[in-house]
Amino acid sequence: MTDERVKQVSRWRRAMIRPELGAISGAVLVFVFFFTIAGDSGMFAPQGIQNWATVSAQFAIIAVGACLLMIAGEFDLSIGSMIGFAGILIAILSVQWGWPVWVAILTTFVICIAIGALNGFLVIKTGLPSFIVTLAFLYILRGLTIWLAILTTQKTVIGGVREVAKGDWLAPVFGGKILTGMFQTMGDWGWIETFTRGNRAGQPVVEGVPMLIVWALILIIFGQILLTKTQFGNWIFAAGGDAQAARYVGVPVNRVKLLMFMFTAFCAVVFATSQVMEFGSAAADRGVLKEFEAIISVVIGGALLTGGYGSVVGAALGALIFGVVQQGLFFSGAESSLFRVFLGAILILAVILNTYIRRMITGEK
Amino acid sequence: MASPLIEMKNIEKHFGPVIALGGVSIDVYRGECHCLLGDNGAGKSTFIKTMSGVHKPTSGTILFDGVEMHFDSPRDSMEAGIATVYQDLAMIPLMSVTRNFWMGNEPIKRFGPLKVMDFKKANAVTMEEMRKMGINLRGPDQAVGTLSGGERQTVAIARAVYFGAKLLILDEPTSALGVRQTANVLANIDKVRKAGIAVVFITHNVRHAMAVGDRFTVLNRGKTLGTAARGEINAEELQDMMAGGQELAALEGSLGGTV
Repeated sequence: MTDERVKQVSRWRRAMIRPELGAISGAVLVFVFFFTIAGDSGMFAPQGIQNWATVSAQFAIIAVGACLLMIAGEFDLSIGSMIGFAGILIAILSVQWGWPVWVAILTTFVICIAIGALNGFLVIKTGLPSFIVTLAFLYILRGLTIWLAILTTQKTVIGGVREVAKGDWLAPVFGGKILTGMFQTMGDWGWIETFTRGNRAGQPVVEGVPMLIVWALILIIFGQILLTKTQFGNWIFAAGGDAQAARYVGVPVNRVKLLMFMFTAFCAVVFATSQVMEFGSAAADRGVLKEFEAIISVVIGGALLTGGYGSVVGAALGALIFGVVQQGLFFSGAESSLFRVFLGAILILAVILNTYIRRMITGEK
Repeated sequence: MASPLIEMKNIEKHFGPVIALGGVSIDVYRGECHCLLGDNGAGKSTFIKTMSGVHKPTSGTILFDGVEMHFDSPRDSMEAGIATVYQDLAMIPLMSVTRNFWMGNEPIKRFGPLKVMDFKKANAVTMEEMRKMGINLRGPDQAVGTLSGGERQTVAIARAVYFGAKLLILDEPTSALGVRQTANVLANIDKVRKAGIAVVFITHNVRHAMAVGDRFTVLNRGKTLGTAARGEINAEELQDMMAGGQELAALEGSLGGTV
């Protein structure tokens, strides 16, 4: 007995209706585009790849957190301020107070994840939209960051982190590079470019894979498995899809949301720590607008703003599109302010495309 | 007949100064479909929510299998074996049938230190249970949004039965459905009852109640107007009790019996 009115769905259509579809096609398009217009500019040489891969990885790290939180039905607009706050906190604790860098980093993680939990707690307890609660924290954290920086150093930029981080065991986990031996060998064999003069002659221009990229990959894989393969992932979808329906069948919705707020904060601190270790300094204005860039990556990746639907891989591809375009415009010599124009345009396109895909999934169209 | 599966004695529920339930008593036996009728605002929803652990009764006792129960949350009543299918909250449309079916009860497979959802088992069971209820899915990953209202209710009923519900509470499962879908859902209620599960069927449609009900209890303004067994009462009498009598009788005359 089959229902004659259910049309057989073609394999092609089935393959098409995935949340990541828009992001996959967008990524392909962006690569083809820049390969055509900037293919000979060094954008696809090792150094160029490292350049846009690092920028993409930065976006991806915060996008993974924002993605899981959005699927669970909530927003965090304080991601950017959290990045600035975490950076300044690490710098003050390590440079000003003279704590060992690893203690400063771990303390910062604990404090920021606690603030993430506070965000979540307020949202759950008050029932207010997370938009409002985290908007408040966008201002609170940014204000605190500037105040703390001025109070301790009379400046909004705190340098000297690189010096105190020398020899620390935890700092390279965020600011270091891996596979340096392999890259050196590849340089020796002439596979990749090496410096030909100066005190680094003979060393490869690209020394290794930055830990930032490693963190991004770990978080993407972790997020994807958590979301699609585990019980907790089902709860994330359920919490965002319909919290009340989920509660009625025993899903601990509040716990899921709280943990996702904490995970988003964790991702923001990973971003901040990597940045501080890379630059050797912290600045109170770091991370401005990052919350929106994270959310845009997630939306390009096919997630629904109202929750219950989305993909971590999609969000990562959204971040990749972001990074490639931002750096690609630089490589192709275009006016960099056009980046924002592009952002707005792609956001609208992505949302329209994703709305259409979602209608296909739920059979509305 | 054996003792009832659930006995609700003198349940009262006050919300501030409002008395939503003023002492309601019913009992339900295994394999029985007990219809709870009443107009909007009669207290049907409040009453079943005390049964399913959403509300704590202000006073009164709940005996389940002869044991007095105090449900603090829906989880408590679920663990006792009470499953509730809510009219509009049964399913999450954007999630697949499998994900909905197992929501809150996901099967776990160990993968070394990792605990992952056993999708192979989940999908197979979902397809089989749906087939038993007369729904042929395109695939277990089909989104619930593509199902009709009746099919969604059926998935929710199948889910409750599969997870061992002893008492199934159905909150207006037919109120938003077409004729054929209603017939399907009613047929499934009948199937569930014959499997020995106690069913509480809330509706304000007398004909739907008469189709599957063994006993009928009418609620009006937070009180019961009595319980009648099948054959002791006819559709018109039920209808009159629900509406509070005379007004509807007068109205029915002018509407030509369409209510």
